[in-house]
Amino acid sequence: MIMEKKSFYDHISANKRNSVFLILITLGILIFLGYFLGLILGNVYFGVTIAVIVSLFMVMITFVAGDELILKASGAVPADKRHHAFLINTVEGLSIAAGIPKPKIYIIEDETINAFAIGRKPEKASVAATTGALKKLNRTELEGVLGHEISHVKNYDVRFMMITVVMIGAIILLSDFLLRSFIFGVGGRGRKVHPALIVVALALAILAPIAGYLIKLAVSRKREFLADANGALLTRHPSGLAGALRKIKNDNTKPTRTANKAVSHLYFSNPFKNTAILSTHPPLDERIKRLENM
Amino acid sequence: MVSAVLWIVIVILVVLVLWFILAYNSFVRLKNRINNAWSQIDVQLKRRFDLIPNLMESVKGYMKHERGVLKEVTSARTEFLKAKGPKEMAQAEGHLAGALKSIFAVAENYPTLRASENFMQLQEELSGTESKIAYARQHYNDSVLEYNNKVQMFPSRIIAGIFGFGQREFFDVPEAERKNIKVSF
Repeated sequence: MIMEKKSFYDHISANKRNSVFLILITLGILIFLGYFLGLILGNVYFGVTIAVIVSLFMVMITFVAGDELILKASGAVPADKRHHAFLINTVEGLSIAAGIPKPKIYIIEDETINAFAIGRKPEKASVAATTGALKKLNRTELEGVLGHEISHVKNYDVRFMMITVVMIGAIILLSDFLLRSFIFGVGGRGRKVHPALIVVALALAILAPIAGYLIKLAVSRKREFLADANGALLTRHPSGLAGALRKIKNDNTKPTRTANKAVSHLYFSNPFKNTAILSTHPPLDERIKRLENM
Repeated sequence: MVSAVLWIVIVILVVLVLWFILAYNSFVRLKNRINNAWSQIDVQLKRRFDLIPNLMESVKGYMKHERGVLKEVTSARTEFLKAKGPKEMAQAEGHLAGALKSIFAVAENYPTLRASENFMQLQEELSGTESKIAYARQHYNDSVLEYNNKVQMFPSRIIAGIFGFGQREFFDVPEAERKNIKVSF
């Protein structure tokens, strides 16, 4: 029992470390880009300042943007106590166990097995489950899935992912800026820029967005593992979640109708089922294996 | 040279004071979390407590020959009412949970009862409350564990000693007592 719990906590702290590491790399790329932009424009501080301002501005946008929009876009309706007593009771129980306020609970009319959580902080969180999940999963499995979602809420994953997404956005914006400054030859005006520098800056402008995108996906996958581990810690029952993942693997229902790429990182399992490095979610087999080893 | 030493002393003092403040605050935070976790348990226990009369009402008509089981619930409910502090409450809670379980076990023999809408809803509600109690207890015990570790471990135990942060009781029942539920059919 003690051993089991220790390995739960090991998973969680390892995942936390990795996520911090990944977000630092993103920040590094951003500042590096700003630095090069500054070199080209003739003032390093100016470039770095632009990089910081752009990223701060984009982070602010996400704090203003509302969750209702996403809920509406995915066709979620509030769950009622009479028909979904088990769902409501379980979400309430899990939030008690996690020590967070009770989130709002929604249902999405969809035959696939899926769920998601949104809200930039636990006080404003919402959890949604598909009707497919309610129908096809047994109680322990549903509890496992909901534990995973509640962990996302508790870990501030939604906020974390939003910040990562907008930082990638900032990288793309700056790279674009850098490229344009070549095209319009800003650096050429009376200033000598070393040719090698131009090559490096050009390569950076092209590669940075790609790197940023891959980092976003990697961060997302790490967060999924973390939520799996935390969810199992909440329910004290890793096999429930593992069972749910197995059912998803064997479920051949068509992808979520209303899911779109922008919110795919929010879902419990990837609605698009694409593979490895281009996915926001780790492979199901890997997730199942880790849960079984807990 | 003298001023360098002085600076070092000042820095060390500042770090110490900062640590002192942070450690004290973390004790306060943990203590408040425990109190909050306890009130969560309390809310759920009360919720179940209030559901029991409804259950008895809906079951009474069917289970005329199961006086023993019904009495068990009533006496467990009274015991719960008298309980004080985590230990006693946990014990009474265990008895009440056991008594309720036996009611639902006996209900299996009464198909008409099981089919009644009212009973089904009560059963769902009670089992939901039951799992919420388990979750609340888990949260409470986890919080107490973290707090107690801090109270006992060095160097945070110095702060605990100075400000009188004592150990807290777990909401737990010894295994032997948990099994001690007699159901007379």
